[in-house]
Amino acid sequence: MRPARLMQGNQACAEGMIAAGVRFFAGYPITPSTEVAEILAEELPKIGGKFIQMEDEIASMGAVLGASLTGVKAITATSGPGFSLKQELIGYGCMAEIPCVIVNVQRMGPSTGLPTSPAQGDVMQARWGTHGDHGIIVLSPGSVKETFEVAVACVNFAEKYRTPVILLLDEVIGHMRERVELPEARDIHIENRKVPACAPEEYQAFKPDADGVPPMAPFGEGYYYHVTGLVHTYGGMPAGPGPITDEIVHRLESKITRAQKDITLYTEDGIEGAEVLVITYGGSSRAAGAAVKEARKKGAKVGLLKLVTLWPFPCELILEKTKHAKTIIVPELNMGQLVGEIERYTGRDRVVSVTRVDGELFEPEEIVEPILAAGGKK
Amino acid sequence: MAVIEKYLRQSALPHIWCPGCGNGILLASILRAIDKVQLEQKKTVIVSGIGCSSRASGYMNFNTVHTAHGRALPFASGIKLANPELNVIVITGDGDSTAIGGNHFIHACRRNIDITTIIFNNSIYGMTGGQSSPLSPLGAMATTSPYGHVERPFDIAALAIAAGATYVARGTAYHAVALTDIVAKGIQNKGFSVIDAITQCPISYGRKNKMGGPAQMMQWQKDNAVLISAAAKMKPEELAGKFVIGQLHQSNAPEYITEYEKVLAKAQGRGGEAK
Repeated sequence: MRPARLMQGNQACAEGMIAAGVRFFAGYPITPSTEVAEILAEELPKIGGKFIQMEDEIASMGAVLGASLTGVKAITATSGPGFSLKQELIGYGCMAEIPCVIVNVQRMGPSTGLPTSPAQGDVMQARWGTHGDHGIIVLSPGSVKETFEVAVACVNFAEKYRTPVILLLDEVIGHMRERVELPEARDIHIENRKVPACAPEEYQAFKPDADGVPPMAPFGEGYYYHVTGLVHTYGGMPAGPGPITDEIVHRLESKITRAQKDITLYTEDGIEGAEVLVITYGGSSRAAGAAVKEARKKGAKVGLLKLVTLWPFPCELILEKTKHAKTIIVPELNMGQLVGEIERYTGRDRVVSVTRVDGELFEPEEIVEPILAAGGKK
Repeated sequence: MAVIEKYLRQSALPHIWCPGCGNGILLASILRAIDKVQLEQKKTVIVSGIGCSSRASGYMNFNTVHTAHGRALPFASGIKLANPELNVIVITGDGDSTAIGGNHFIHACRRNIDITTIIFNNSIYGMTGGQSSPLSPLGAMATTSPYGHVERPFDIAALAIAAGATYVARGTAYHAVALTDIVAKGIQNKGFSVIDAITQCPISYGRKNKMGGPAQMMQWQKDNAVLISAAAKMKPEELAGKFVIGQLHQSNAPEYITEYEKVLAKAQGRGGEAK
């Protein structure tokens, strides 16, 4: 471990990206994510990386995809309004299977909303923001240290599964300062995209290996191929309706869902024997954690499942961990977005949604109360 | 023919362009220009947007990217900055580059990033069936301008020069040999180069505007184009309704990638002047 430091979530994010091998950032200033850009503007050139502030959010996403095609690990960072603008090219990244990470430091929406207030309102947008069926990986950390780790995981998943990955921070984690001890570089696991083992003339840029992921040749090395947002053949050329389209749409999702076990990151606390289970993620997990401790003091048998991976939705994990719970409580700083997905697997009868959308954080008492009500303890 | 065959993906042909379309002539000129300046094939990337023009990238045997509508220049900028060794050529259309991609266009000019952009300018949205574009002339007929186009067109060259491009030229499908020459010069310019390449769309523009068939539309290009050297000697009234072709602008300005190299040097404490 490196010596302890006091740092902000956005800084941990930037440092995690560098540790994971990111050497390209394109972005546009937007609160509350701007620190990620500012830090990378200063740090990337020191290690030969590139930073560019583009003319708008869409351009930033385009530059990131272009950079990634040259074999460089590339990311951008934004918040709600910018995340909306980026959706067009996030879809392009999914279709053309271009590894990259989009950091979305969520703020209160819709529209300009409350630029400096925390919210978790982009959970569904992160899943379905771009048009058409597609797979996507979305991770959401709950502390500054975890932000560093999750930044590394995002880059690794992007490279491993050749896909855009979304790091869903929220304003309070992005701007909160905590004491953290970061790992030494040698202790950080790094993934790099697969490159073709065949000769250039045999290379088919979109022909998947057995794991559903095609190897990716960086531009400039004689592996000529075509990249398009159109449905395409293994060779990358435009294709029409029929089996090719069916196969690609299925594979863009299945290459991710089949790896659910690898991609599902979470922590748990005291689920064994618990009658009540709190399922939480992101910034809300802080109040949820405090609430669980408080409720236990008052005699409640309550467990905590903190999800880091939101998408692909960790359905296997949810089925397993909710097996014995009589009541499942899901606090979210939105009108109830992930709770619907949980209900799909657990049924609605056992689930209590706790929501808050006034731009403020949960107070632990707001979660203690439903725990005690469900657990029959006073 | 042999020259351009080397650079074509034979398996991707025939192309999708309509009979009489000028895009194939422009594509051939670009390939001849690439050959003329001897760009290394594997170090050359072709980036395009969306539209008839932008289908050209699919026929070219390089690393090619058919991006989203209007977004060729952001992708191209990311490619060039991430790996400056690569030669980056952008193929785009008039709607692609000056409407939905207009913001990207002026900022790429402003940065003067070492990319060559060829705009296939047919004054219309061809792929979607003939809607007016920012390059449709005032009064032109289009499916979305059924009473004649009410807006004035951009002058792409003037826009590019004002925004900071360091090489700006105009050519036509008719003047294919001259076009090869200006594309080659654009590639050789160390900075952002813009070539306004006027081409005919007989199906979606020519028919509606009673311009005749492909041959008549190319005759129109021949009759209305004035070489820059000739234009210099003509009075404004003589030039009315005509357009000027050839090299319209060349200047020296800091180029983005070169400037970014200085940033890297400063950040790494090597050779940069202390401040």
